[in-house]
Amino acid sequence: MNARENVTSNIDKPLVIIYLLLMAMGWANIYSAAYDPAHANLFDRTREYGAQSVWICISLAIGASMLLVRGDFIRNLAYPVYGFVLLLLILVLLVGREVNGARAWFGVGGFGIQPAEFSKFATALALTKYLSGLKTLKEMRSRVIAAGLILLPVAFIMLQPDTGTALVSGAFVLVLYREGLSGNILLLAILAAILAVLSLMMKESTFGIPFSGTVIHGQYFLIVLIAVFAFLAFLVTRKFVLRHSRKRIYAYLLFGFLGSAAFISSVDQIVEHMPMHQQTRIRVLLGLEYDPRGFGYNVEQSKTAIGSGGFAGKGYLQGTFTKYKYVPMQSTDFIFCTVGEEWGFLGTTFTVLMFGALILRCIYISGRQRSKFTRIYAYCVASIFFLHLMINVGMAIGLAPVIGIPLPFFSYGGSSLIGFTLLLSVLVRLDAERLSQLG
Amino acid sequence: MNLDNRKFVLIGSVIFICAVFILRLFWLQVVDTSWTARAADISERKITVFPSRGLILDRHGALLVANTPVYDIMVVPREVKDLDTLGLSQLLNVPMDEVRARLLKASDYSVWKPSEFERQITADQYASIAVHLYKYPGFYGQSRTLRTYPPHLGAHMLGYVSEVNARKVEQDPYYKPGDVIGVTGLERYYEKELRGKRGVKYVVVDVHNNVQGPYKGGQFDTTAYAGENLYTSIDAKVQALGERLMKNKKGSIVALDPKTGEVIALVSSPNFDPELLVGRVRNTNYRMLQQDSLNPLFDRALQAQYPPGSIFKLAQAAIALQEGVITEHTGFPCNHALVGCHNHPSATTIEDGIKFSCNPYFYQVFKHEIEQGKSQNRFTDASLGLDEWQHYMKSFGFGTPPALDLPAVKGGSIPGVAYYDRLYGDGGWAFSTIYSLSIGQGEVLVVPVQMADLAAIFANRGYYYDPHVVRAIGSPDSLNTHVKKHITLVDDKWFPMVVEGMRRVVNEPGGTAHRGQVPGFTVCGKTGTAQNPHGKDHAVFIAFAPMDDPKIAIAVYVENSGFGGTWAAPIASLCMEQFLTDTITRPAMVKEMEDANLIATENQYKKFVSKRRKQ
Repeated sequence: MNARENVTSNIDKPLVIIYLLLMAMGWANIYSAAYDPAHANLFDRTREYGAQSVWICISLAIGASMLLVRGDFIRNLAYPVYGFVLLLLILVLLVGREVNGARAWFGVGGFGIQPAEFSKFATALALTKYLSGLKTLKEMRSRVIAAGLILLPVAFIMLQPDTGTALVSGAFVLVLYREGLSGNILLLAILAAILAVLSLMMKESTFGIPFSGTVIHGQYFLIVLIAVFAFLAFLVTRKFVLRHSRKRIYAYLLFGFLGSAAFISSVDQIVEHMPMHQQTRIRVLLGLEYDPRGFGYNVEQSKTAIGSGGFAGKGYLQGTFTKYKYVPMQSTDFIFCTVGEEWGFLGTTFTVLMFGALILRCIYISGRQRSKFTRIYAYCVASIFFLHLMINVGMAIGLAPVIGIPLPFFSYGGSSLIGFTLLLSVLVRLDAERLSQLG
Repeated sequence: MNLDNRKFVLIGSVIFICAVFILRLFWLQVVDTSWTARAADISERKITVFPSRGLILDRHGALLVANTPVYDIMVVPREVKDLDTLGLSQLLNVPMDEVRARLLKASDYSVWKPSEFERQITADQYASIAVHLYKYPGFYGQSRTLRTYPPHLGAHMLGYVSEVNARKVEQDPYYKPGDVIGVTGLERYYEKELRGKRGVKYVVVDVHNNVQGPYKGGQFDTTAYAGENLYTSIDAKVQALGERLMKNKKGSIVALDPKTGEVIALVSSPNFDPELLVGRVRNTNYRMLQQDSLNPLFDRALQAQYPPGSIFKLAQAAIALQEGVITEHTGFPCNHALVGCHNHPSATTIEDGIKFSCNPYFYQVFKHEIEQGKSQNRFTDASLGLDEWQHYMKSFGFGTPPALDLPAVKGGSIPGVAYYDRLYGDGGWAFSTIYSLSIGQGEVLVVPVQMADLAAIFANRGYYYDPHVVRAIGSPDSLNTHVKKHITLVDDKWFPMVVEGMRRVVNEPGGTAHRGQVPGFTVCGKTGTAQNPHGKDHAVFIAFAPMDDPKIAIAVYVENSGFGGTWAAPIASLCMEQFLTDTITRPAMVKEMEDANLIATENQYKKFVSKRRKQ
């Protein structure tokens, strides 16, 4: 039995089926979102679903061909691919087409290519390659290199600027954690992110302190709030913690509080000194300024579309609220609204469960590898899909701030579709070699 | 350290996030139904399709009331962007503050749904506004119709429409705020026929408020049906002539076709241009008309109750003949001691009594009707006689409102026994108390429509039909079948004598109404001069023509004009001529009538007219 036959029979069928199913569902929803009885032709390229049909064919071709590429070859190409994508990211800043204020596109004929969508794949490969060569992630040097691999493309993407896509790289923190990064750092990073977001979001608001008549700005309110918590923690410590451990906890509390206060103030300072459009981007990112019609408009519309679907939905092509453009960016970032309106609770639950299954399957695949490379790579794929699911769906149902990233296979766009296809097909190929290769 | 277990952090997170999402979706989509309502509120519109109101036509098919398109400027507050308040203020001629206030009011109602911003802009004005409207996103024009009165006639009879008030909306579930309803005249009487049936269309609109199609394939829509046309028996030319002749006079003209009861003309003066009560200017004009001391809103033809004067003698004569208290050859001397009279030979026949309109003659006639000697007590005798008399009079249509197809018709009054008993106590009155009834004075009151009916009774020799303005509804063939024939209690055979008297009134020397003649036709008529304690006597003339095949019966009442033959008779003559021949052969007479100003407060009226023209 030769290796190739071996590979074919070892393809992970559940993953492929979920992939094809999600892509079919995605196409059906784009068709509905952009449906126009006057242009019913499935391949009409003036329509979004027509273009998407073409992209799906291209993706399937790319995915199938990736299955033919030997794992060794992929592993060896990890850095060149990474370098190539970095080059594209630089090029796009120089000669790219500006769309909606972001220089993120190459125009190729009638289609646009968005290199940032490939950076996830490239970073996943490079990071995997680097991590699989390490024994441990305890040394500062390897940590810095790993962080550098992640942040280099992020930096270029931020320059476009495309904050949403840049943010997806946060997924790699999960990978680093899995490979040995201290949980405290992860925790600290999450806390810092929450603090930063909170302080920016509360900046505009003012709070009256009860019974005092004083009104303070949001960020000071935040500091006061943290001080109150620290003080409570101090009281609890003094009452319940053994004498010899108290000192250490006091120190944590003190530095924790001072650090937080300093962080909160500096976040504000940093943002204040950024160029105006960057500030706007950040405020947009946080949903503070996304919509000229007023705060929360997009989310309200999105929730209305999804909520109006009810239990069983309005029926395919019957989603009047989404179809008549009440939801902005409805075939891209807010495509989940079409699912919600037309397929109802049944459809949304099924979609969420399918994504959950896709991610868990990747984690499962990760766990059955002897090859370290494939194991880490599978974990990267799982983390990336997880972040996309969490942010995109969370945003559509009002649980996450409005951050413009696509829902894999559903959102209209060729680059992201090809990017996700690459991620998955490479995983399928590598996984299919799990019995024949040791990496 | 076994790092492999760390994957459970991600697995746990995935399961947790999926669970949170599903719970949240369950709440959004299944539990909280307010989102469904919000989506419907935003993207679905109920559009009321207003049917066009029925037209009103005259007997020859000429339009008396039609519809004309006007435009409302609507605003969808959410669509308004970078509003040039000054520009809009100038374009629509609305003050800046008002522009802001209206916008605010519209936003309060709904930012998604259209609200009225400016109402009822004429098609001409809209044409110049429409080309600029694109500069004001969120604003657009919406057409609707208003009433228009091409011949500018018949304001009282036709009536006017206005938006329903809140009380009506509460009472009648058909009406919604903003609906139009007939307030007076035919518009009110035939409201149900004219209004048609409102339709409803449910549509889905897109985010730019463009209609994208019917909601659920239109399965909840209902069709609108246009209102039915009213085919009236009014002759617009006679009506126009009548209004012209009555200029600067207080009074009314009622012309009927005696054979059917169809109304040919219904004039009340002073009147006003019906266009004054249309659209945006209605409220201002209505207040102005209301404050006018001549009370132009008062429909004298239907609501003014006058003493009939000498025309009443016709009924007296017929009743006396029927009762047998006189014969054709009964004569009474013109004894001025009984009651005042003018100079004429004593009448020796009933015909001449009528021709001379001899007051003492009819004093005697009435005395014979009342005092028939059925009782020895003259008080009781008068009571018995009056009861009988009242019975007869009521059969002539007096004392009850005519069944005219117009709202608010008055009935006048024919006093009876109960009335005088209440006034003077039982048995406290006798013929000597009530003798002025004999010549149509005293407590008797008659509305002009009843006077026209009286003319019709003599034209028909004994009966009349319910007067009615509308002869057919919907199509010209569907005739009004609610018309009843009323036969008087006087036998047919007595009428020719009275009619002969009426012929003499107009056509013989010594008659009182020479000016009532119509060249080529034999007119029968009777003048009346009703004493008026408040000023100059009221003049009245009733007539019909031609004598042998009557086609028109008419009653003309002119307040404060003195003797009936001077003003009322020629006005009736001209109207009858117009109707019978469709021409006017005596333009000088028309001019004389038209120019006559019989209104005491002349200057005031002129001021009113000039003010009215400026509107």
